[in-house]
Amino acid sequence: MLQSKTFVKKTKAGRVQKVVREHYLRDDIPCGAASCSACAAVEHPLAADAAAILVVDTNVVLHQIDLLENPAIEDVVLLSVVLDEVKNKNLSVFNRIKALCSNKARRFFVFTNEHHRDTYIKEMVGESPNDRNDRAIRVATRWYQSHLGDNIKVLLITNDRDNKRKAIEEGINAETVESYVRSLAQPGLLDLVAVSTSGDVTMEDAEDLRPSKRKVIYSEHKPMSEITSGLRCGIYHQGKLRVNRYNPFEAYVGSESIGDEIVIHGRSNMNRAFDGDIVAVELLPQDQWHESKSFIVDDDEDYAEEDVHLAPNSADDAPRNTNHTQSTVASSAAAVVSSHPVGRVVGIIKRNWNSYCGSLEPMPMPAGSGGIAHALFVSKDRRIPKIRIQTRQLGNLLDKRIIVAVDLWDVLSRYPSGHYVRTIGDIGDKDTETEVVLIENDINTRPFSTQVLACLPPLPWTLSPEDLANRNRQDLRHVRVFSVDPPGCRDIDDALHCTPLPNGNFEVGVHIADVTNFVHPGTPLDEEATQRGTSVYLVGQRIDMLPKPLTEDVCSLRADVERLAFSVVWEMTPHADIISTRYTKSVIKSCAAMSYVEAQARMDDSRLVDPLTVDLRNLNSLAKIMRHRRCERGALTLASAEVKFEIDSETHDPLDIGIYQIREANQMIEEFMLAANISVAEKILKHFPLCSLLRRHPSPTKEMLEPLLRTTSSVGLNLDVSSSKALAESLDNAKNDDPYFNKLIRILATRCMTQAVYFCSGDLTFSEYYHYGLAASLYTHFTSPIRRYADVIVHRLLAAALDIAKLPPLFQDGPQLTGIADNLNYRHRNAQMASRASVELHTLIYFRTRPTDTEARIVKIKANGFIVFVPKFGIEGPIYLTPKGDKGVDWVVDEVHQRVTKPGTSVSYAVLQTVMIHMEVVEPQPHRPKLQLTLI
Amino acid sequence: MRQLKGEIGVVAKADGSALFEMGNTRVIAAVYGPREVQNKGQQVNSKEALVRCEYRMAEFSTGDRRRKPKGDRRSTEISLVIRQTMEASILTHLMPRSQIDIFVQVLQADGGTRSACINAATLALADAGIPMRDIVTSCSAGYLCSTPLLDLNYIEDSAGGPDVTVGILAKMDKVTLLQMDAKLPMDTFENVMELAIEGCKAIANYIREVLLENTKRLECQRG
Repeated sequence: MLQSKTFVKKTKAGRVQKVVREHYLRDDIPCGAASCSACAAVEHPLAADAAAILVVDTNVVLHQIDLLENPAIEDVVLLSVVLDEVKNKNLSVFNRIKALCSNKARRFFVFTNEHHRDTYIKEMVGESPNDRNDRAIRVATRWYQSHLGDNIKVLLITNDRDNKRKAIEEGINAETVESYVRSLAQPGLLDLVAVSTSGDVTMEDAEDLRPSKRKVIYSEHKPMSEITSGLRCGIYHQGKLRVNRYNPFEAYVGSESIGDEIVIHGRSNMNRAFDGDIVAVELLPQDQWHESKSFIVDDDEDYAEEDVHLAPNSADDAPRNTNHTQSTVASSAAAVVSSHPVGRVVGIIKRNWNSYCGSLEPMPMPAGSGGIAHALFVSKDRRIPKIRIQTRQLGNLLDKRIIVAVDLWDVLSRYPSGHYVRTIGDIGDKDTETEVVLIENDINTRPFSTQVLACLPPLPWTLSPEDLANRNRQDLRHVRVFSVDPPGCRDIDDALHCTPLPNGNFEVGVHIADVTNFVHPGTPLDEEATQRGTSVYLVGQRIDMLPKPLTEDVCSLRADVERLAFSVVWEMTPHADIISTRYTKSVIKSCAAMSYVEAQARMDDSRLVDPLTVDLRNLNSLAKIMRHRRCERGALTLASAEVKFEIDSETHDPLDIGIYQIREANQMIEEFMLAANISVAEKILKHFPLCSLLRRHPSPTKEMLEPLLRTTSSVGLNLDVSSSKALAESLDNAKNDDPYFNKLIRILATRCMTQAVYFCSGDLTFSEYYHYGLAASLYTHFTSPIRRYADVIVHRLLAAALDIAKLPPLFQDGPQLTGIADNLNYRHRNAQMASRASVELHTLIYFRTRPTDTEARIVKIKANGFIVFVPKFGIEGPIYLTPKGDKGVDWVVDEVHQRVTKPGTSVSYAVLQTVMIHMEVVEPQPHRPKLQLTLI
Repeated sequence: MRQLKGEIGVVAKADGSALFEMGNTRVIAAVYGPREVQNKGQQVNSKEALVRCEYRMAEFSTGDRRRKPKGDRRSTEISLVIRQTMEASILTHLMPRSQIDIFVQVLQADGGTRSACINAATLALADAGIPMRDIVTSCSAGYLCSTPLLDLNYIEDSAGGPDVTVGILAKMDKVTLLQMDAKLPMDTFENVMELAIEGCKAIANYIREVLLENTKRLECQRG
């Protein structure tokens, strides 16, 4: 049966267009119930013995997605009309519900009611699309009931009063979310029910509506139509709101229409916007533009002033202007007019509400309030305001890390309202905190599914005769190949060899684990790896991108076993000039898996003259030349303070902490990996100019380098930042009698750099491919396919370039490849953040029992203190010069010289100065331990 | 495959005409000829008939009203494609020193106009009683989300996948037209091509039915 679907659509250009589409109706769409014999379907997700089959409406999906994700809710039918509406309204919820539907373990079923002959309905004259969809849901529910007969109850779950009434009139079983969850008799579940918006049926509505008691705290958001017209005529400015990480009462909106950042002070001006929201901003009159002094706001101060203990409904006190910056500025007479425009949020165009990790603010147990308690949730991410939640299990949650989702924020309440999602574990527990880090960075730690594990080769894996017989695979088992890695490394993905040739040249080979021989495109294993993007290294823990048998055994180029590899083999002159490059798949047998320390010791021990050591020395001398040449070209040698922990093997607590030492051996390996990556980048780009995956490093902009220049000029050092070569040279020249000075400058320089990113070569022009840090016109990642998915892609490209394998169809789809590159960038950034957070966490644990006095360097001056960097431990933190509560006005900041002085005394602190500090873990609030640095 | 509809004799003035619908795509074709060559200069070979073809899209055929200038690149190309496809089946050597004009106009466009035009032209040529080797039919096929699709509509066509248009002489199993504007691996291409040919054959069956019915009607009229 053919129907035509007509709707009116607005195009991107703003024109209104009428679209006519064919709409086919069928009679063979299965209902998905196991008890149904009439429908011929392959799958029956809905259980035969289900107590009730639930049909949910759009708003239930949109608002109660956390509830739906709970395993207690099963046998749910999602109608296609609901899915379409959800997709239009909120893409992230749509993705979550889609994941639920495709999850085989859950009994969720998508019923395409719009294409079923009996459930398709035509819009009636004068009926709004919303009413039509509600009717479609009811019709489908009724169809289900009559289709399945009376032995199974079909229940429509809706929070819409009108819809529910109509459903009951039509003889459909209908219930609200709350009453249904109540009927399940699982008290924990009720916490998951989101606070319902007004207009819906709620139980709490009646008691909550005490208008006399409630005050308006925030101004109303402007209606969307006004915002759009305001944006068009330039009164309002659109942009993404970013909250200052160090001061949650200050936010920036990057506006394209102004070309500058608009600063927003205080919660009331932020007007309920969250970090990451797309907002419309109105500029304040120019006389209200104050220069905001850069303060470090400590979270304790925030709490000290806070005296809100929560009895129900008491969270909405008068607006508390804890606008730190404003009050200070007002008191200091010298209010300078700011260079940045200042504004306030008038409307939110797109919300960026997520679920957040954190804990409940400690509060006494309320006596006998019927089990329901209101509590304030404090997110770990300081940019997020506190969130008000209702819970029936307060006692259980107080000392736990929990996840909370935001539901709404109306003008009457100071804090947004949310609901509890789940508990992670005890606060302060190392595993819990590590999990928090992982969740915050969106890292998938779930074990690999059976489908993924089914893609693994049969274990134990050994080299098969077919692999040897393969003409594309060269047998290099006779070559003396070895690997050098950090100690304890189990996933060895690179190995080297270096053989002197009779003509005096060297044959140097880089052998990379042949992961693509085991991970085939399009398999579940490949999809999982695409999603994960990278392995994540935390302190004492590794979250793999590929299943363990692959990473630690089959692919790992361990010593004395035959392994498959992808090799790049150069012929090099003793002056490290590359004469020829050869790429081949190979079979190797590594003769030694050394650690950096071991390799270094071998090279340094002049008594050793065995072939392996000679190879190492040859490689090292070649690497030195290559490194020198690279620096000549302008490659930057940057520094970072990477920290190494010594972990107790039983308690897994850190025993010792120190800076990771970089040896010549590290640099040697790095040099050959860089060379291999560059060679491979050239090769794949030559064959696939439009669909190669490369890595680029954009040059830093002037603004990014400015803090560095200000710091260095204050100590009388002039850096030339015109090019990477100039910067490299002036960094080399940045020396004084202080041995750590150079390193410190390099660390500061590293922070000004942009992030290197993956991209698809078809998306950019050749000049944009440049890698600033390495001073290479082309770069990619080839050498770590076990732990980075980008390398897997590059392996496939290289294999296709050599005609060994066919190019997977993915590469013909530019947008998809770009999507993958974007995902890889996102995952890499998150992995980095996670490992940094993990280091921070372990530092905290380490210093908990060991208060220490140590030397620190000042890296940034603020009005009420400065930020110090502790070279020995790689820690950075604030030091306050003024005690809390006392708004520091007795210190004067000299911006030009980056110096803070106490007037009338000779006490002053300048940037890069060395100070002695005391480090200790304090717990100003229970369960919120933090590392406190004080000056001594 | 979308719903097909064919109607013969919609333009009384023309020697042969037909309306052809594939789903929401609707085209009209009119055939004039064989008649005397109007412009002698165009005649290349005096032993064969000259086939001319003009493809146009009506201004109202798509959602947004854009002016469709006559002779833009796209319509010129499609005109040429249709002419070549039809020429292959018309027995031109039977009609020396004459010309056949085929006009196709797209009334409503929803993907696959090329195929619909060829099918309409076949019907119109048959209506005009022009001798042909076989019925030419055409159908497009594509490949989206790793499934081969038959007879793409506009949304499917604009999704970015490959679009293979195939024209065949149905009974003789000969390909007269093959166009593709994307890259496709050889083995998937073969699948897609096979699907398109199947579609062509289904259309040929339908066209034959329409023609048969039309002949019966004519028979009845004659008594």
